[in-house]
Amino acid sequence: MTSDNENGLDRRQALECMIWAGTGVLWTLSGGVPKSTLIGSARAAETGFSFLQISDSHVGFDKPANPNALATLNEAIDKIIAMPAAPAFMIHTGDISHLSKPKQFDDADQVIGRARLDTHYVPGEHDVIDENTGKLYLERYGKNAKGAGWYSFDQAGVHFIGLVNVVDLKPGGMGNLGAEQLAWLADDLSGKSASTPIVVFAHVPLWTIAPEWGWGTEDSAQALALLSRFGSVTVLNGHIHQLMQKVEGAVSFYTARSTAFPQPAPGTAPSPGPMVVPAGDLRKYLGVRAVAFRQVSQPLAVTDAALAQ
Amino acid sequence: MRTLTKPHAFARFALTALIVAALSALAIGSVFADEAKVAIDNFAFVPETITIKPGTTVTFENRDDIPHLVVDAASKFRSKALDTGDTFSVKFDSPGEYPYFCGLHPHMKGKVIVAP
Repeated sequence: MTSDNENGLDRRQALECMIWAGTGVLWTLSGGVPKSTLIGSARAAETGFSFLQISDSHVGFDKPANPNALATLNEAIDKIIAMPAAPAFMIHTGDISHLSKPKQFDDADQVIGRARLDTHYVPGEHDVIDENTGKLYLERYGKNAKGAGWYSFDQAGVHFIGLVNVVDLKPGGMGNLGAEQLAWLADDLSGKSASTPIVVFAHVPLWTIAPEWGWGTEDSAQALALLSRFGSVTVLNGHIHQLMQKVEGAVSFYTARSTAFPQPAPGTAPSPGPMVVPAGDLRKYLGVRAVAFRQVSQPLAVTDAALAQ
Repeated sequence: MRTLTKPHAFARFALTALIVAALSALAIGSVFADEAKVAIDNFAFVPETITIKPGTTVTFENRDDIPHLVVDAASKFRSKALDTGDTFSVKFDSPGEYPYFCGLHPHMKGKVIVAP
């Protein structure tokens, strides 16, 4: 678990990534480029700072694809607690709850709180379906946020931006950022040096993966245009309950696994509904992600870890 | 006999009245209680387009493992989050076209056409 290779993943690491697939990813940024390592690797924290991403916990989901989504979230948090070096903080890229019910948020908070890490949230579409379309979410997670819950913060020289692309959705469309949030983003980035490493996180992917399933964000091109002058941009998303990644210029895109249930790959199923896998295999599809930033001329390290082998 | 005749006559009257009432109810039903159903299946509204007469109530039923919302594109109606098996009904009185979509998965679209 500690054979971290700064030049990229070696064969052993790649195998470990597969083994851990679904638990989480530890992200390492080095030289402004992201690189993943496995949860459990102490290396990242020795050389820089690292943070965790979890996503799509869907607390309250109890259908055949996973009859107990709270239990698998618990297992993911156990993995995080067991890491030899604590990450600096955690981000949750949305769909904390399944139906935006107070009990579901309560249960999620209780379990996630066991990790004793500062946790930065953005909402998924399942978190804003209370009667007042997002009021419960904002009361709980959006105290220091703007608009529907967007914000930014700085840590160790890295600028983090949490965006909301699950409200005010248009018929026939995909995710949506909206003019107000884009104006805020332009203002937030103004004056920032182009050498500042940027990490953007939002629920729905900010690049188009499968428009027929709504897996993309209508106006993401406008956000990416604002980010284009920066030398290192890492985009972390959830929503699609599977790992995907793409590098485009200085921008690296990643989607994370869910801690609740897998969804099919585009083109392999008639709809993106929950994918039922043999009960013994479920934890191979779930996971968390660790990201480490390193002050060396190496990519940021991104590691996905599954809940089970 | 009288004592029997009277109730007998009353019973016949009552029976006739019941039949008339039942027929009236059926007639009223055909005018005021038309119903139509739209299923939400595999992230799609089925049927995607439905044509109904004015006064028809359309009931949407979610058969997916994932919640959906039925939202009128013109903001005239919006369901709560429909979990598996939940239903949502809307009565359409005025002729016209009512495009709608899923508030959670906006690529899911449907249309109600109300025609006399």
